[in-house]
Amino acid sequence: MEDDLFASGHRACAGCGSALALRHLTKAAGKNSVFTIATGCMEVVSTQYPTTAWGVPLIHTTFENAASVAAGIKEALNQQGKEDTNVIALAGDGGMVDIGFRALSGSLERGHDVLYVCYDNGAYMNTGVQKSGATPFGASTTTTPAGKQSHGKSEWQKNVPFIALMHGVNYVATASIADLDDFKKKVKKALEVEGPKYIHVHCPCPIGWGFDTSETIDQGRKAVESGAWVLYEIEDGNFSISYKPSERIPVKDYLSGQKRFKHLDEDDVETIQDHVDRNWEELKKLEGLDLDLLKLL
Amino acid sequence: MEVKQGAQAIAHSVKKCKPDVCSMYPITPSTELPEEIAQLVADGELDATIIRVESEFSAISGCVGASAAGSRAYTATSSQGLALMTEVLFAASGMRLPIVINVVNRALSAPINIWNDQQDSISQRDNGWLQIYCESNQEAVDTTIQSFKIAEDEDVLLPIMCCTDGYILSHTYEPVELPDEEEVQEFLPEYDPDHAYLDPENPMTQGPFAYPKPYAALRKDLSDAVNGSKEIVKRVHDEFAEKFGRSYGNGLIEEYKNDKDTALVSMGSICGTIKSTLDNRNDAGLMRIRCYRPFPEEEIKKALEGKDQVIVLEKNVSMGHGSGALYNEIKSILPRSTTVHDIVVGLGGTDIAEEDINNMIDSLSNKENGVKRWLLEKGGKLQKNRGEK
Ligand SMILES: Cc1ncc(C[n+]2csc(CCOP(=O)(O)OP(=O)(O)O)c2C)c(N)n1
Ligand SMILES: [Mg+2]
Repeated sequence: MEDDLFASGHRACAGCGSALALRHLTKAAGKNSVFTIATGCMEVVSTQYPTTAWGVPLIHTTFENAASVAAGIKEALNQQGKEDTNVIALAGDGGMVDIGFRALSGSLERGHDVLYVCYDNGAYMNTGVQKSGATPFGASTTTTPAGKQSHGKSEWQKNVPFIALMHGVNYVATASIADLDDFKKKVKKALEVEGPKYIHVHCPCPIGWGFDTSETIDQGRKAVESGAWVLYEIEDGNFSISYKPSERIPVKDYLSGQKRFKHLDEDDVETIQDHVDRNWEELKKLEGLDLDLLKLL
Repeated sequence: MEVKQGAQAIAHSVKKCKPDVCSMYPITPSTELPEEIAQLVADGELDATIIRVESEFSAISGCVGASAAGSRAYTATSSQGLALMTEVLFAASGMRLPIVINVVNRALSAPINIWNDQQDSISQRDNGWLQIYCESNQEAVDTTIQSFKIAEDEDVLLPIMCCTDGYILSHTYEPVELPDEEEVQEFLPEYDPDHAYLDPENPMTQGPFAYPKPYAALRKDLSDAVNGSKEIVKRVHDEFAEKFGRSYGNGLIEEYKNDKDTALVSMGSICGTIKSTLDNRNDAGLMRIRCYRPFPEEEIKKALEGKDQVIVLEKNVSMGHGSGALYNEIKSILPRSTTVHDIVVGLGGTDIAEEDINNMIDSLSNKENGVKRWLLEKGGKLQKNRGEK
């Protein structure tokens, strides 16, 4: 524990996938790093005045500006001759892909040497499980509740890693807390890249998704094994899948373990299975084509 | 002396203050500031990093990051831009980050209007930033320099807005004295904070989450700091006067022929018009508020002591009061024996002439009870609030 830069004693729920991601993110980034975090669960549970869980410098300002605060930090440190210090902007899915999207896009476009990490727990958890742009299709949240006329969220997630890529970003990756070695390896690799880099890490949330606190890793793993969450990297525009299950498990095995999906009927599950299959096949094709996606710019 | 456009003159003043990071976004009428500063950097005259952000929200957020990392951070904006920054403005003062903004005052939508009034910065009066209002371009040049020094003083450590009227000052060519760069460097030491900086050697958490009790205590600390900064605003003004030979009242307020029974109270460039009006009469004086935040209550009380009539002229409206914000603040600190009138003027760039000011003094100075009036156009009749008899 001694070398934990995101120390235990914070107030995250038992089984919190996001807290696990932060612990390993800080470990991989190391001491010579400055973090900025958006408002959300992770900020609220880890910075209760006058205590802090952070062993590295951290600043929180608002929900929607982590990316632009990071830009200011990076440029100031560069001016001070401290180019070696890592600057990492952290936000939940809401803080990164919804309300903080403008700041993210602007910062990516300007090319600051910053690592942006979205810890994606699939909804606005801090405020009570409201839908975000990263909430999966069919999920019941407090603002997309299942009911007589509703089967949960009716849109698919937006693909922010690819949107980030299309800003001309040389390193983009997805990760999961179900494979922490892969996540840490990607963080380290990203930090070696000059310029902007983006990592989107999947973080199951027992409270928001409705599963037992002992199952966090298991839920994350099922997402990856089914292809509902695909681990990949896009290095210099080159797409590669990081992990290919020898045989993908039915997406139903992933969905059925979570209360947020329990209202789904057979048709819904089939729709999601089709979507996952299609996505998987397309991503495999993309990998096979050996394309430089950045040439699309 | 050089003849320069207001915004250009301010930009050259900023340059002499050597900001490290300028995080900027264009909006009329402050646009010339990011443009001019970009040119100064492009020409190698200023060694600053410009962050050409995608919005004012990010402009001020970039300043927060840079300031928290221990650098001197600067931006400029107007109107909608300042409004868009609102959430971060509160956070910046809460974190005690001495950021400087040149606010080039402009009206707020709707309807959209690019001309001058002071609704933008007055609407930010409760956010923990210091605010100084300038009457001339020379004062804007000088106050910009003072602003960095005030903000960064270790007994202040608060962000500050240096406010100048859009177009009326920003786009007007006036002769100005640009202080010598070396002298500015002597006056303004390097920013080297030890209260807040993001340094891996000494990790600290800024902008934490606080429960009610510590929250309330920290907000009171902030309020005390804002109030306490009054002495430093004054001191820095005096030091500047000593070194550069220019002063503006006592730094907080300026009195002009203020030995009459009637006093006008106002802020910004309109005070120039008021002064020249008063030069032709001998029944009224002026108290100009230069430092609006912190509010120099004692100084104002003293300057208005024993007045029969006080007429507040202001370029903002506190909706729901039928008057401006300043009127309410002035009225709250004066005894009942003083009659206080309010006139909302200059909204959205409407002109005001000496004849209007004469008319106000003539029609109001013998009224027993205070009234609230609006001047909606140059030479226009003073209007009552609807429903007032
Ligand atoms: C401008 C603004 N709007 C709304 C909120 C309320 N709010 C705080 S955190 C949050 C959701 C955070 O969601 P996410 O970024 O996914 O992080 P999580 O809590 O799930 O970790 C919301 C809606 C806020 N703080 N600021
Ligand atoms: Mg979330």
